[in-house]
Amino acid sequence: MGNLFKIAIRNLLRYKRRTLLTASLVTLGIVFVLLFVSVTGSFKSMMIGQMTDSMLGHLQVHRKGYLASIDNLPLNLNMKMQTYKKLEGILNQQPEIEAYSPRIKFGGMFSTFVETTNIRLNGVYPDRELKTVPLLPSRVTNGTEKTLEKGEIWIPELMAKSMKVNMGDTVVIIATNQDGSVNGKQFKVAGVLESVTGPGGRDGYVHIEDAMEVLRMEEMEVSEVAIRLKDFGRLYAFTEKLDGLLSGELNKQGKPVFEVHNWEKLSPFYNIAQMIDIMALFIKFMLIAVVLVSIMNVMIMAVYERVREIGTIAAIGTLPGKILSLFILEGLSLGVLGVVAGNILGFIIIAILNLSKMTFSFGRQTGLILSARVAPMDMLVISLIVILISVIASLQPALKASRMEPIKALRHV
Amino acid sequence: MGLVVAENITKIYSVVATKVSKDYKVGEIAIRALNEVSFEIEPASFVSFVGPSGSGKTTLLNLIGCLDKPTEGKLEVAGTDVLHLDRKQSASFRGNNLGFIFQDFNLLPVLTVFENIEYPLLMVQKIPGVERKKRIMALLEAVGMTDQRDKYPDQISGGQKQRVAIARALVTNPKLVLADEPTANLDHKTAFLVLESMKKMRNEFRTTFVFSTHDQKIVGEAEIIYSLEDGELVGKQVKGGQKNG
Repeated sequence: MGNLFKIAIRNLLRYKRRTLLTASLVTLGIVFVLLFVSVTGSFKSMMIGQMTDSMLGHLQVHRKGYLASIDNLPLNLNMKMQTYKKLEGILNQQPEIEAYSPRIKFGGMFSTFVETTNIRLNGVYPDRELKTVPLLPSRVTNGTEKTLEKGEIWIPELMAKSMKVNMGDTVVIIATNQDGSVNGKQFKVAGVLESVTGPGGRDGYVHIEDAMEVLRMEEMEVSEVAIRLKDFGRLYAFTEKLDGLLSGELNKQGKPVFEVHNWEKLSPFYNIAQMIDIMALFIKFMLIAVVLVSIMNVMIMAVYERVREIGTIAAIGTLPGKILSLFILEGLSLGVLGVVAGNILGFIIIAILNLSKMTFSFGRQTGLILSARVAPMDMLVISLIVILISVIASLQPALKASRMEPIKALRHV
Repeated sequence: MGLVVAENITKIYSVVATKVSKDYKVGEIAIRALNEVSFEIEPASFVSFVGPSGSGKTTLLNLIGCLDKPTEGKLEVAGTDVLHLDRKQSASFRGNNLGFIFQDFNLLPVLTVFENIEYPLLMVQKIPGVERKKRIMALLEAVGMTDQRDKYPDQISGGQKQRVAIARALVTNPKLVLADEPTANLDHKTAFLVLESMKKMRNEFRTTFVFSTHDQKIVGEAEIIYSLEDGELVGKQVKGGQKNG
């Protein structure tokens, strides 16, 4: 094999310009794919991070049927205290969970005594919420403490601007409880929240005990429990595990009490993330096409130009399998050359891109720094695809060479 | 009498052709390139097939070299009936029993002189390194190319290339070396030197040399000359012996 490899390399070096051009094409293809994958991947992970770490959490547990009506924020589908305690007991035993936060979600009226509008609110335990969605404080654009005390409210930025509400202002929240009675409570504005694209991105926050007071709950009821995992990479496995654990909890009708959803089911951005993945797939297909066509073209030319040589080596007894291997090795070497150069160049360009600290905007968020990263597994997969395609592209010309009749090949002019 | 019988049984010819014919199809028309040719070639002979262009010399050499198959007749090369060998068996047979010298030398341009000679040992016979080097150096010495061993084919002359080709043909210790117009691309002086090399190799390694030529000056160097005309064997001349046909 070593000798065949030596001959294959020398044959490639024989047509330096052609080899260089083809390898450059493969190299450029790999560089573009790596750049695309790293930039879009970074964009995607940053967006997922923004959404999961600043509002959604990695996954959420609701009472069965809540998600289908989530736009109405139905109080009658909240978990009762006893149900929540059961859930808490199960969650507390899961080592994968870093933190979780119960929330009471409700809709109400927001009044500045001058103007009134509607608002969606989350009643939370601030310390547990901040552990579950640690980027939430970074959304508080106006506020010194960046934590929420009882009697305080964080309001969405757009509302603060349109209703000219400032920090420290007193506002009133009026809400209807499950029984239909209306209640109101005064709050002090303690922070203004930057909007984030996605559900809950324009919600306000109050302390959970305040929410209970507004809604006149004698005992805590929970709309949802947001969960943060220690390792986001285990999201799918844990979602499945938790779903399995909670599916055993049945109501009196024998139906499941809980439903588990990860961020993908909770955010429309998941479709965009999927689009990014599809685009990356198409770019990979384009790379495959480039590699396939360019290497096949070179190998067809190589066979055509070396017909007499093929005839000679066949005449002196080289077995067809060796002739096949010789040409496949040539294609393989060309692919490997492109892969090595492409990965090195791609790595350098990604490093330069990161050093230049390019920024981009997402929704109303601006100045997000692009942090292009390509996973070693991605590099490995792309490299293996290119190498495999190089071999496939060489196969047809190599088969043609190995099946050549030596007598005809020797007569070739 | 008993001794004669025993001699006949043990005698293995390098080539035995019995009524060998070869037809080619050109479009719908079948052209007979060889017509019922029969002959025997003894081991360590220095045999030439002569005749004008189109007489069937190359066709005959291709058949002996297992590069092509006869349409009719029987052909044994080095004691093997080569008619029923498949592609892989033919390649293996060629690699182990035959050596080829081509008119255009056909050296591999990406390999040095040494590597060109080494190629059949590496790729065909898988001879160990020490033995390989020993054989190559002996042949390089024999063809006078030791000092050119690291040069590439495009760095040496035509005569030198043909000497390398001879060494490559002989390095596997073949029973038979076939040379199609080996001197056609060489000037007379070089051609005689190449033929001398071939003869020297024959004497040294006891290899049978069969070559084709239409150059009358070269023909004189052969010990047995078969004449071909229009695909038929029309004569056999043994140097210093009788002329048949």
